[in-house]
Amino acid sequence: MAGFLLRRFASVVFVLWAMTVLVFAIVHILPGSVAHMILGEYATEAAIAALEERLGLNQPLYVQYWHWFTGLLRGDFGVSLTMDRPAAPLILESLGKSAILAGISIVLVAIIGIALGIHSATHVGTWSDRGLTLMQYFFIAVPEFFWCILVILFFAVWLGWLPATGYSPISEAGILGWARHLILPVATLVLGLIAHISRLVRSSMLEAIESRYVLAARAKGLPERIVLRRHALPNALLPAITILAVDIGILIGGIVVVESVFAYPGLGRMLIYAIDNQDIPLMMGGMIVITTIYALANLVADILYAVLNPRIRVSGSAG
Amino acid sequence: MRIPRTLIVGGIIVAAICILAAIGPWITPFEPDAFAVRERLLPPSTAHWFGTDEFGRDVFSRVLAGAHHSLLMGFGATALSLTIGVPLGMIAAFRRGWTEEVIMRGVDLMISIPPVLLGLLILAVTDPGLLKTMIAVGLVYVPIMTRVSRAVALGLLAEDFVEAARARGEGAYHILAREILPNAWPPLIVETSLRITFAILLGSALSFLGLGPQPPDSEWGLMIAESRPFISEAPWIGLAPGLCLCFLLISVNVVGEGLRDLLDPRLRGRGHG
Repeated sequence: MAGFLLRRFASVVFVLWAMTVLVFAIVHILPGSVAHMILGEYATEAAIAALEERLGLNQPLYVQYWHWFTGLLRGDFGVSLTMDRPAAPLILESLGKSAILAGISIVLVAIIGIALGIHSATHVGTWSDRGLTLMQYFFIAVPEFFWCILVILFFAVWLGWLPATGYSPISEAGILGWARHLILPVATLVLGLIAHISRLVRSSMLEAIESRYVLAARAKGLPERIVLRRHALPNALLPAITILAVDIGILIGGIVVVESVFAYPGLGRMLIYAIDNQDIPLMMGGMIVITTIYALANLVADILYAVLNPRIRVSGSAG
Repeated sequence: MRIPRTLIVGGIIVAAICILAAIGPWITPFEPDAFAVRERLLPPSTAHWFGTDEFGRDVFSRVLAGAHHSLLMGFGATALSLTIGVPLGMIAAFRRGWTEEVIMRGVDLMISIPPVLLGLLILAVTDPGLLKTMIAVGLVYVPIMTRVSRAVALGLLAEDFVEAARARGEGAYHILAREILPNAWPPLIVETSLRITFAILLGSALSFLGLGPQPPDSEWGLMIAESRPFISEAPWIGLAPGLCLCFLLISVNVVGEGLRDLLDPRLRGRGHG
């Protein structure tokens, strides 16, 4: 176990380091000068030279990378070009807001998705199972950004129940006002993922129910409820952990979209803002923070999987 | 081999969509980019099936003229990820040793970036456009294609006919291109057809975020993004391309699942991935 943990941890560290190289390389090696992009087409040579001087862009690439990388290790993400403030606190603040969205969504997805999957598997062929399967099919096929439009249209424009966009902190609007702004973004985020998870839990639960150990448990005369809970469920939930980790990747993508539609001040919206305004330090910092979180989430999922299923020691990452 | 009915129905629908998208720009009832100030924000009617937008442009014409973007992004990007991913995966499986190590570590690295983020990263520092979005989406799915084709090739390399080819003294190219590839198609086709849905989704999401075709182009994701300020006055501007996109995604999905049933009955009922 210790060896597995160590190997897995080392690979996460390697991936994160390689990620800093990749992000840096893509931003700096792709055609187009950064200073040109910031100042626009009509910038004078002198202005470009001055900005390159200020940003250290006239230094060799490996020096620039080393500055940036050692800065990252110290928690210094550079200075945001458009806001003229250190990028790290900006990123941290919006990360907190995104974490609220992501946390609530993951909990809801896990609970509702698994519950629906179990319900479908234990009620195969009934109306509720068929209805759920059909709904899952549609929920998976509708793009997230279109869900945003649909829920805004329905709940904010037509019914007028909830605010369409924005965020209000608890300190100003109270818990209720805070929660009202979260309902639509969270709903949009979880719909597709719940469908995804519940489909998977349904099929792995069905596999477990048809297995020999469940047959053996039934043959012992155990009540069906106990057979399902003690024997079928734990085995059926193992693959759900891996899928939940994959879904965190989808969730991160969803958060970028949902935050920019709902004007929610999180990390995803900040990233799009940084890209639109060519705020390179903010963009690179945001990318690194998000990939770090994703890598850690995958690490946690792998460890959980190994702890719960000691027979299998997977060496690769979940993908 | 009995062809599943869903595959036939889905195939006909997707083929019809492809034909419509291909001839779309020439059969629009109105000029898709023509402004008509007097006809702003008109609701759907017999003249304007999907209504008009804030410039008085006919939404139906725009949807029709923009259909090819989604298809190009879906099929083009998937084709790109196939042309890079399949050879990489096969070489990794055939050469083993450090070649495989380098390729697969690279794949692990690419996979540890969430797809949308990788797309954003590639598009962030270049001027947006259809071709670039397509390339970005294609690159995002290269690692998955590499993994799948390596796994398939590893299985096939253990077969007797490969052993026979080796005994005949055939070279690496012959074994991979003539022996492995023809036998690797069924699982690869299944994977490809499922990837197309994700590629369309990712491409239109990136366009929605402003990193795809630029106005006045009528890519569907872009149209939905542009419709947001008018969502209460004229919801049809966004609903029309959105519903078309959903219809396209569901049709492609049906074809994918039909192909899966046809080519790999063992995989039936498995979850998405």
